[in-house]
Amino acid sequence: MTPQDAAAAPEAPVAEDPIKAQNAQVLALLMRLFGEATFTDVHEPYGLLTATTTREKIHEIIAGLQQDQELKFHFLTTMCGINYPENEGKELGMIYHLHSMTKNIRLRLKIFFPIADAVVPTLTDLYNTANWMEREAYDFFGIVFTGHPNLIRILNVEDMDYFPMRREYPVEDGTREDKTDLFFGR
Amino acid sequence: MAVNDTLEGTHKIHEEAAAQRPGQLMPILNDFSQELTTLNLGPTHPATHGIFQNILQMDGERIVSGVPTIGYIHRAFEKLAERKPFYQITTLTDRMNYCSSPINNLGWHMTVEKLLGVTVPKRAQYIRVIMMELARIADHLICNSILGVDTGAFTGFLYVFQEREKIYEIYEEVCGARLTTNMGRVGGMERDLSPAALDKLRAWLKSFPAVMKEFENMFNRNRIFMDRVVNVGPISAEKALSYGFTGPNLRAAGVDYDVRAMNPYSSYEDFEFDIPVGTNGDTYDRFIVRNEEIWQSLRIINQAVDKLPEGPYHADAPHYYLPTKPEVYKNMEALIYHFKIVMGEIDAPVGEVYHAVEGGNGELGFYLISDGGRTPYRLHFRRPCFIYYQAYPEMAVGTTLSDAIVILSSMNVIAGELDA
Repeated sequence: MTPQDAAAAPEAPVAEDPIKAQNAQVLALLMRLFGEATFTDVHEPYGLLTATTTREKIHEIIAGLQQDQELKFHFLTTMCGINYPENEGKELGMIYHLHSMTKNIRLRLKIFFPIADAVVPTLTDLYNTANWMEREAYDFFGIVFTGHPNLIRILNVEDMDYFPMRREYPVEDGTREDKTDLFFGR
Repeated sequence: MAVNDTLEGTHKIHEEAAAQRPGQLMPILNDFSQELTTLNLGPTHPATHGIFQNILQMDGERIVSGVPTIGYIHRAFEKLAERKPFYQITTLTDRMNYCSSPINNLGWHMTVEKLLGVTVPKRAQYIRVIMMELARIADHLICNSILGVDTGAFTGFLYVFQEREKIYEIYEEVCGARLTTNMGRVGGMERDLSPAALDKLRAWLKSFPAVMKEFENMFNRNRIFMDRVVNVGPISAEKALSYGFTGPNLRAAGVDYDVRAMNPYSSYEDFEFDIPVGTNGDTYDRFIVRNEEIWQSLRIINQAVDKLPEGPYHADAPHYYLPTKPEVYKNMEALIYHFKIVMGEIDAPVGEVYHAVEGGNGELGFYLISDGGRTPYRLHFRRPCFIYYQAYPEMAVGTTLSDAIVILSSMNVIAGELDA
């Protein structure tokens, strides 16, 4: 038994997780199509391949994935904004969920950008469904989508002058005292 | 013929008068050259079954353009969820698609279970499947029978509403509530399927097919009904996918995407069922696909009742599963867990999870980001109604007002889910 055999032996009996194998394939393809440096923070929470990229690349990547003959990400499941106030320079983010129905692969892409310059390219030229999703993200997080045909508030009133889902706006009035719990501190 | 008898002549007189008196107030001239009427359909129109406003431009009876306004019952669920412990969010999900709340409740619980890594016993999974399929039947019954009402057939609505009432009685046996069910717990069901519930379920499974058959006989090949719905509001498969359609509306367009089959959850892989698809994606196809789905749901329920395994109805997860009341009164540990769960002192692991279930209207997704606290850091609901309702103007343009009502009805837009 050579040292090579000993190293290979423990790997052989491990049954290959099909989801992991598929994700590895998709990731390899993504790296090949768009460059290895494009994706950072790649992980698979609960089997869903997640990668972070930049807002400069996001439109190119999603357009490429949509047209890719192998993957065919024809379906934009959902997209939503997110706010991490303590993340200096990357306070706001957009999270895209893509779905390839032919291969049944889901993919999550994230981008982060500063709150002072919350401008992101639109996806309305790729998916019709991006229209209202982006309006929702604008409505709640104040993310501006360049090239969006009708970027106005969608669920809140038009004359609202803040973006309510940002973390700086608490759900309850902070000055209220009748709900303070001395034992549990909230 | 005098100058002001023609439209051009009237405009000419008006322009000349305006030129002579610059800056002065002029009477507003009705622009009859376009002959477009602005019609405000909604916000509360009896035929829209919810609070939807559409500002339509009409050319006679044809719709030229439509601008939907939504958000009339927006209740900021995503914001509220950032402050509520996991159990309190269940009550928010009730109020999204209130025609099929058990699917929302159980979908949410499955999301939390996925985050926590709790495995639910088979019996609980089967009970969940039964409840979710009952909810789907109730949802489709409402949609299809209301479509009948909108085309002028009230009878079918009354036939099947009696059956919906019986479904609600089964809900009552299982969870105690009817409309906003708050059903299930993280880790299983709150109680086992009681003999009374099983009796009611079995009796309903016997009586319902005859009613459904009668309903179908009344509509499926009815000449008057078909004239109203065939080729009304069609949408192609490509367009439907681009617009993010899911559920019966997408399947009516010919795409066989069903979360239950593609990403099975809660043991759906154990059951045999077909996924009906349409061809044209018009109102008639949507109606027929929903009818057929009711039969398929019945098939699933029958299999689940027959194969219902013995065993516990909830997982052994004391940190998350609310203990039963007798235990709480007798047992110290149960009391502590009850207190901690009710006070929301249970911390969830750090992580992010997307879980999708097949709701009454399509892929109902829960995207949960947890930072390890007692509440979600961010919770995003993928609400199928919200996503596909944006195709409505495109589907309604070129049709008449009465067709637009029928299209809205057949898309099954639920205001609660639309606005969340």
